[in-house]
Amino acid sequence: MNPQWDIIGSEGFKFMGKINASISHEIKNVLAIINENAGLLEDFTSMAEKGVPLDSERLKKLADKIQSQIQRADRIVKNMNTFAHSVDETKGNVELDELLSFMTVLSQRLAAMKELTFSVVSPPDPIIITTHPFLLENMIWFCLDFAMEMTGPGKNLHLTADADDQWVSITISGIEGLRDNFSSEIFPGKRENALMQALGGRAVFDQSGGKIILSLPRKTEAQKDLKPAGE
Amino acid sequence: MRVLLIDDEEELVSTLAERLSFRGIDADWTTSGKDALEKLATTSYDIAVLDIKMPRIGGIELKRMISRQYPHMKFIFMTGHGSEEDFRTGSEEAGAEYYLVKPVDIEELTQKLKQIMSQQGGLQ
Repeated sequence: MNPQWDIIGSEGFKFMGKINASISHEIKNVLAIINENAGLLEDFTSMAEKGVPLDSERLKKLADKIQSQIQRADRIVKNMNTFAHSVDETKGNVELDELLSFMTVLSQRLAAMKELTFSVVSPPDPIIITTHPFLLENMIWFCLDFAMEMTGPGKNLHLTADADDQWVSITISGIEGLRDNFSSEIFPGKRENALMQALGGRAVFDQSGGKIILSLPRKTEAQKDLKPAGE
Repeated sequence: MRVLLIDDEEELVSTLAERLSFRGIDADWTTSGKDALEKLATTSYDIAVLDIKMPRIGGIELKRMISRQYPHMKFIFMTGHGSEEDFRTGSEEAGAEYYLVKPVDIEELTQKLKQIMSQQGGLQ
């Protein structure tokens, strides 16, 4: 059975849109802070012209604040660039620990809105898998989105990766506070199953353990062709 | 008259408050809806300037909560999110006096605050 590329395609666009909207909001906030700090400098200059002495310490602090926001913006834009380039290749080597950390950074603002935190527990040795980078990012995003939706404020979600010779697993645990009427049919749903099929793996939600486990083939030859038919 | 600024970006909201004070506006600030409700319980404010997107209690929900308890208060919404048109419509539907898109124009905010204050009985 071929992966359902229509679902994967439309869900991928939504994922890209959601992350871009979040990034643009963060950039707007940084610009707003730089704008206020620059405005404050202007206010101090106007006051100095009216005879109020300039406080050099205060000016230095303002310059530091502006530099710190520029560094923040630089990190945001670098992540945006990395994310944009994840669609360049349909198959590539992905270091799982790096990918999990990257996805938590991309989801940071959305987690903060829900007052949740993430922690990535690094494996003793790097785990590298050959896969479709963007589809895997999308799948991890679905898991985080679901976990954030299901988990109450103040909680921490843990992300870990593990591997044997053939398979790798990604576990997202700490999912708490499921609604009483939660149905196990909600997750993994159609879109998650379509993605996992394309990635050659499977997703399981362990409701009693409060965790999602993704199992993926480690080696290239165990993978399905990660391209729509005809490409 | 006192203004309460509410935005989860502390550096933004504290600097805005300082700049408003240079323009003769007594402004206090807080970084969450919960803290805002606590401040309102002990201090009287006339206008709230709120960010729409905040953790836990968003600006529109917070506005409704504040309005119920303090019906005399007026509101200005701020956002860095979405289109200006959507935001303007949303702000009007939520009953805000005015809306501002970030980065905020301090002179526009000052003018609007003074206008609301004068409608409410003059600057104090």
